[in-house]
Amino acid sequence: MLEIKNIDVYYGVIHALKDISLTVSQGEIVTLIGANGAGKTTTLRTISGLIKPANGRVDFNGERIKGTSAKDIVKKGLSHVPEGRRVFPEMTVFENLELGAYLRKDKKGIKDDLDRVYASFPILQKRSRQNAGTLSGGEQQMLAIGRALMSRPKLLLMDEPSMGLAPLLVKEIFSIIRQINEQGTTILLVEQNANMALSIAHRAYVIETGSIVLEGTGKELAQSEEIKKAYLGG
Amino acid sequence: MKNLLTPKNIKTVVGIVAIYGIIQLLISTNILSDYYQVTLAMICINIILAVGLNLITGFTGQFSLGHAGFMSIGAYTSALITINMTGEYSFYVGILGGAGLAAVVGFIIGMPTLRLKGDYLAIATLGMAEIIRIMMLNLDFTGGAAGLSGIPQYTNWLWLFVFSAGTVLVTRNFINSSHGRACISIREDEIASEAMGVNTTKYKVLAFVIGAFFAGIAGALYSSYFYFIKPDLFGFLKSIDILVIVVLGGMGSLTGSILAAILLAIISTYLQSFPELRMVIYSLLLVIIMIFRPKGLMGSKEFSLGGFPGNLSLPWKKSAKVKDEG
Repeated sequence: MLEIKNIDVYYGVIHALKDISLTVSQGEIVTLIGANGAGKTTTLRTISGLIKPANGRVDFNGERIKGTSAKDIVKKGLSHVPEGRRVFPEMTVFENLELGAYLRKDKKGIKDDLDRVYASFPILQKRSRQNAGTLSGGEQQMLAIGRALMSRPKLLLMDEPSMGLAPLLVKEIFSIIRQINEQGTTILLVEQNANMALSIAHRAYVIETGSIVLEGTGKELAQSEEIKKAYLGG
Repeated sequence: MKNLLTPKNIKTVVGIVAIYGIIQLLISTNILSDYYQVTLAMICINIILAVGLNLITGFTGQFSLGHAGFMSIGAYTSALITINMTGEYSFYVGILGGAGLAAVVGFIIGMPTLRLKGDYLAIATLGMAEIIRIMMLNLDFTGGAAGLSGIPQYTNWLWLFVFSAGTVLVTRNFINSSHGRACISIREDEIASEAMGVNTTKYKVLAFVIGAFFAGIAGALYSSYFYFIKPDLFGFLKSIDILVIVVLGGMGSLTGSILAAILLAIISTYLQSFPELRMVIYSLLLVIIMIFRPKGLMGSKEFSLGGFPGNLSLPWKKSAKVKDEG
């Protein structure tokens, strides 16, 4: 479904991504784990068109999307839950969700998806007329996920959904991610919380200072000695 | 076709006509003397300017310090057109030409500068307004430092009112449309907005162009009301004046801009009797208002004629409402 090949990204003179390749197939949860500054977020932002890579290929559903504007990439069915949630704080929860469906014109479909999001996140319905800035961190993360789902994506890119959340909430968010996947959305998940990420991922990649150093199934990597030492604390 | 005759719309129209009628009555009966009519004109012109700038700065979140530049383009264009053509007809051409040219310049300047953020954008727009001022100062047909005088006076209370009410209505409808939502989302979080598929460049430029268009109208009305313009009138301080109205009223509140424009004009009119202390008191008042209402008079709240009188939010009513939803 998504295939990126030999991507290089520079920030000025800094070589942030070095020859990165990875694939995500239909129906999978794929996770990209790594330490701070390894290039996880950069990879996601390159895929969703927010950063232009120097060279390499990004194919989505067999179509080249490198160099396509972020707007057209969203139209093709690829939606991004940005790092740090980034909800629109002075807008209501409802308006935030509405903006998620910004590029869609089918009112009926939008209404259905709104109901679906409310069904997955009942708290959002309860707070629908409240400003998003007044929500707790966990609720904001749910809103960010719900907002991304409003564009009815085929592939959902998630950037550190566990960031800054209490352990209990992290569990809840991850079970939601699994549910979304079971309902048919493919997911590419970037995480620092390697333990949680590997527990729900079908496949995983490990990124270190801009290069992919390991790949395998979630289980394999969770048991690998190297990973345990570097990321799982023991 | 949607039904336009909703109770809300009817109330809005009745409200607008009532405001016009009451003030027209005050003018006809000479309760509002000529002296106060000048204040009235400044209020209307400032409302148009502030609403336009609020769309750029308050709603779309793009900090612009060059609004007076667009005003001067509108003023000069319309002045030159009305001086060189005859008949009242030239006034319409002047307003349209002035606003149109300001919008075009807004587009040309907005395209490259709106890539900048925050302070950088403010400096770029400031520079742009200065360039416009220097051009007006040095071109032959704009009269140089002496400016243009003898501009035919067509602006009257009717036109002032039509254009300020029109500006407010158009802006309000724009804000409530999906385009307006896109603009607000840029202010809220540009990256998230882009990730949602909003064409952020397009909407930033659009807001800038609309704001410039309104400033052009304001400039045209100004030149035709005061029949004399010179480059100094549209300097840096004028841009700051407009920004003060927007910030004082509340970034993201049209009602706030209107209230602040009225309040500031009244304050400065009354302070004319104390010329030595005028600026001191004026500045003090600004400081005091900002201390007690740091988000401006209205914050980002609105008051609409259509919802009157149910929307007169009373403190005890509001707290009850929050409980219901919680």
